[in-house]
Amino acid sequence: MTNRSTTSRLSIFMLLLCWAVSAQAIDTGETFDDPELQARYEHIISEVRCLKCQNQTIKDSNAFLAADLRREIRLMLEEGLSDAEIYDFLVERYGEFALYSPRASGKTLVLWIAPAVFLLGGAFFFAQVVRRRMALPIDDEGLDEDSPEQNA
Amino acid sequence: MTRYILPVVGVLVLVPFLMIGLTKDPSRLPSPYIGKAAPSFELPSLTNPEQRMGSASYAGQMALVNIWATWCVGCRQEHDFLNRLSEQEIIPIYGINWRDNHGDASQWLQQLGDPYVASGYDGDGRIGIEWGAYGAPETFLINADGIVLYKHLGPLNAAIWQNLFEPLIAAEVESQ
Repeated sequence: MTNRSTTSRLSIFMLLLCWAVSAQAIDTGETFDDPELQARYEHIISEVRCLKCQNQTIKDSNAFLAADLRREIRLMLEEGLSDAEIYDFLVERYGEFALYSPRASGKTLVLWIAPAVFLLGGAFFFAQVVRRRMALPIDDEGLDEDSPEQNA
Repeated sequence: MTRYILPVVGVLVLVPFLMIGLTKDPSRLPSPYIGKAAPSFELPSLTNPEQRMGSASYAGQMALVNIWATWCVGCRQEHDFLNRLSEQEIIPIYGINWRDNHGDASQWLQQLGDPYVASGYDGDGRIGIEWGAYGAPETFLINADGIVLYKHLGPLNAAIWQNLFEPLIAAEVESQ
């Protein structure tokens, strides 16, 4: 029992350690005076892929390229560019892949439509199976003889 | 039997897509600049800080733009090849020294040879971003009109040069 609680206490401690790592500041740049700009900045950097370390956003990465891109985004925000203009700047240089949520355009349309198509296809298939099974007579054959529900 | 048709067809459709996916390396991104005008830029020359170099330096001629740095292992690997290429005088090579230490970069060229007509010093990495650089070395082939014909990610060598660059250069020379 003691052993167990020590283990669980230890694992909680280790989980907290992980949390501490993720809380470490990667972005060491200054914050904006305007909270609205700061919020836009935070949002944009969490939407942009670090091209050097591809499964991280530039918010999460401390690669120099991520730091450079954060700096450019900060400058563009200070210059008063809109979010769309900033995303355009990045896509023009790095391609659509730089954005975690690719914009709906001719090239990326399939990315946006495919999930809906799969979902509808799955729903249709499921409905078909259910309808077919409903039409079958109720029949105990083949079920596990020992199952209590069946005898009830 | 018919109940197996759908899953089998499904797998047969899926497999080619997955096979294609296996051959693609997500770390090699196609440059959005291919077929478009290369970014124009100007930087202080690395070897001669009073001078400036940039897209104007190679305007009107075919050129290579090579993004390099002393921290980049691939740049060291391709350096001897670049030296040889520049000796052949097939095409002028311009360098962008990206996010580097100025002293280290000058020393590198002094010790290993300088294949570049000129290298610009991009200490803060802004011009690198203009070019969409994310992993040096990166080499852009630019035609006389300033259009990017090809971008190569990773170190150059004789085989890559023969297979990928030479045909493009030959086709470009022919079309002129």
